[in-house]
Amino acid sequence: MVNLDTLILLTALLVSFVAAPLIFLIPEEQRTLRTLVNMVAAVVKLSLVMFMVWGVANGRDFALSFTVMETVSFRLRADALGLMFAGLSSLLWFCTTIYAVGYLEKSPNRKRFFGFFSLCVGSTLGIALSANLFTFLLFYELLTLSTYPLIVHRGTPQALKAGAIYLRYTLGGGVVLLVGMVSLQVLAGDVVFGEGQLDQMDAEHTPALIVTFALLVGGLGVKAALVPLHGWLPQAMVAPAPVSALLHAVAVVKAGAFGIVRVIYDVYGLGFAQQIGVLAGLAIIASFTIIYGSLRAMAQSDIKRLLAYSTVSQVSYIVLGIALFGPMGTIAAMSHLLHQGLMKSTLFFCAGNYAQELDIHRIEELDGVGWRMPVTSLAFTIGALGMIGIPPVAGFISKWYLGMAALESGMTWVIVVLMLSTILNAAYFLPVIYRLWFKPAPHDELDRWPEARLAGGLETSYWLMGPAIATAVFSLLAGMLAGVPFSPLQWATLIVNQEYVP
Amino acid sequence: MITLPESGLSWLLLGMTAIVCLASGVYGVKYLQVEQVEASRARWWLPLLTVLAIGLALVWLFDHLVPIYLALDTAGLSAVLLMRLAGTDAAREASRRYLIFTLSASSLLLVGMLLLYLEHATLALSELDGNELTTRGGVALGLMLSGLLLKAAAFPLHGWMPPAHGSAWTPVSAIHSTLVLKASLYVAVQLWLVLGAGAWHAAQLIGALGMLSIVWGSVMAWQQEDLKRVVAFSTVAQMGYLLLFFPLSTGTGETVTRLAWESTWLLALNHALAKAAMFMAAGNLVLGMGRDDLKGLSGVSTRLPLPLLTLGLAGVSIMGMPPSGGFVAKWLLLHAVFISGQWQWGVALVLGTLLSAAYMFRLFRHCFVDDQESKSRYQSPPLTLDLIALGLALSALFLGLLADWPLSLLRMEGPW
Repeated sequence: MVNLDTLILLTALLVSFVAAPLIFLIPEEQRTLRTLVNMVAAVVKLSLVMFMVWGVANGRDFALSFTVMETVSFRLRADALGLMFAGLSSLLWFCTTIYAVGYLEKSPNRKRFFGFFSLCVGSTLGIALSANLFTFLLFYELLTLSTYPLIVHRGTPQALKAGAIYLRYTLGGGVVLLVGMVSLQVLAGDVVFGEGQLDQMDAEHTPALIVTFALLVGGLGVKAALVPLHGWLPQAMVAPAPVSALLHAVAVVKAGAFGIVRVIYDVYGLGFAQQIGVLAGLAIIASFTIIYGSLRAMAQSDIKRLLAYSTVSQVSYIVLGIALFGPMGTIAAMSHLLHQGLMKSTLFFCAGNYAQELDIHRIEELDGVGWRMPVTSLAFTIGALGMIGIPPVAGFISKWYLGMAALESGMTWVIVVLMLSTILNAAYFLPVIYRLWFKPAPHDELDRWPEARLAGGLETSYWLMGPAIATAVFSLLAGMLAGVPFSPLQWATLIVNQEYVP
Repeated sequence: MITLPESGLSWLLLGMTAIVCLASGVYGVKYLQVEQVEASRARWWLPLLTVLAIGLALVWLFDHLVPIYLALDTAGLSAVLLMRLAGTDAAREASRRYLIFTLSASSLLLVGMLLLYLEHATLALSELDGNELTTRGGVALGLMLSGLLLKAAAFPLHGWMPPAHGSAWTPVSAIHSTLVLKASLYVAVQLWLVLGAGAWHAAQLIGALGMLSIVWGSVMAWQQEDLKRVVAFSTVAQMGYLLLFFPLSTGTGETVTRLAWESTWLLALNHALAKAAMFMAAGNLVLGMGRDDLKGLSGVSTRLPLPLLTLGLAGVSIMGMPPSGGFVAKWLLLHAVFISGQWQWGVALVLGTLLSAAYMFRLFRHCFVDDQESKSRYQSPPLTLDLIALGLALSALFLGLLADWPLSLLRMEGPW
């Protein structure tokens, strides 16, 4: 049973679960050793995932399963869709780890932070590689548990409050999800992803399947921040910047969205979900979330809260794409899963840099900052333009395909939603960019800003700047090189072709 | 007289008893050294523990109510003595109350047994099996079950338990909450399986008591200010889940009974490992902090990380979060609920999960507050104590992934 491929799959998953206890054991002061363990784990994981991407493209099968209950197994399998998410999480983990090392320099409790950080990424990879709902739920709940300590990391009353709200939402969602999964188990047995035969079932089960779908999506929608289940996300902004980047770009929010994609795509089957009419409902919820998130984002004055509401809105593009029922929509959804991750982590890294370097937290304080921190601000500009959907940044590709999908499926009202949301995106991101570059900095601010601290005249430390540059470049490349093999778009097309071309 | 059990359950419970007693025994020896308990009391620890373990083993093995009764009371009385050994006024008072409760429960049990003997002329479980439940038999069953539920600290008869667990030596609380309470429950289940088949209403009543135990125990745990009392009240809630076996196995058909059976004993095993770990971790924290209120936890994440980690891991299992055995057990229980259509127990399960998260995280919350003053005084307890607790916590945590092994034992033979 255990062959080399299984071993690779297992190592990729376990490397962060092994790193976590190691980090807990390393004394607080041993910064170099801890960073070393962190980076080695991140590199090993990234290369193994890359190897699996290459392997799956060449027809290798990475899988593992064993029995847990009589009728339920623990199943892992690296399929194309899962690897897409796994690739994103291990790439961004690498960037975020570098960033976090720089960001948390000299702050207390770093050991605890990095330990749970590793657990969090391990859980995300587990979510990506699960091959049935039981395994998925296992890692999904583990993710809830391992992110809580990160959110309350600073231990301030505000952080504790945000943590409590986070738990109320996510644990509630987790229980709903559990009920939905057991209900599906009763109806259809242990559904292995991609092998669901729900469309073969008697019509009398349809109402039960619809209710089950609502339970599953309701439970997953909490993490995916579908309105009205999004309340925890803006609160969770009190966490340190690397946590926000990870939460928004990969771990929590994406786990929810990815779960919804799995349920529709690999459990119910796109065709069957359309047939029982649940996709139309989901499209409406997603559209509402897109508009609502953007409207709320416009009203924010705190940078991180603006980004949080923007996430609420952007993640629903993924849900909307799937709900549009068609190859184009699915391509849009899956590539946006990656695109949004790259762009949003760029934005959070930059927001963290502003806070760290210049103690800037509010939008109106950003006047003229572009000339003080040009590289960071350039990265921020790229991310923001991508969010609006301006070519050649990756966000444009997602919106383009979404629009095509809407035309293809005849749901023209979605075009209106997309246009409206683009206008709103522009309305809250362009003023920020304008402030950065075109407004003069007030004089007292110039006195307040510390001089560049490194001898080379760099605007901030390498650790903070590098990841922001990297993710910004990736967002650009994902857009410009969308036609190249292994780009997010091409990989998404590969997944979709597997489904639509039997 | 003694028949070696064919049921995998007896073997599972024997194994569980061996693990918990061994861990607590070693833990206790070290614990008594650290606490500097004088020899006149400390020397009773191992002999009494041995008597208790023998009593428990006999409960799992016997097939006749008389030796079961004797074994149960042997275990119970040695537990009373063990609780007294702590020597404080609170412990003396709590053990006195426990003695009164357990003796009244025993007399209920005895009267019930007498009535049952008059009715069926036997007290061997295998011979009682299959008899029609008569009025007198019903009264007998009712009396015996009330006695056993009283011993198992089911709502509303749980009042004696939290003070006892809060004041006893840590290893004593660990053993008592994980094993002694379950022995009474085990006997109640055995009785039910041979006599209770037709008593649907009684089963629903016991289920309702279980539900109330879950809710009440969790709410009380949520309100406590002392670490060990939080853990003690959480036991009330956990025992409530086990009572859901009664309604789910009565008149529900083979599949549901099978699922309920597997889930109940898996949950019991999970609870035994996790709760023992939790009591020990809490005890280690109290040793390290020199105080036992929740506010003291504010400095522990830097000063006492290992016991805190253990407490956290055990908490994951108690909440029934993955990958613990509790998670798999809840999945099975929910499965049984779905098929049986008795939704009320599903509600109990969902409520219980959320409430347990509420009281566990209320506790963890304190650990993230940095309180500079208090933590300078904290000192780590000996590593042995930490490692024993950690080992138990880890085995509960990974029980979910390895659940096939205990579950296949449980499938060997059961009430179907």
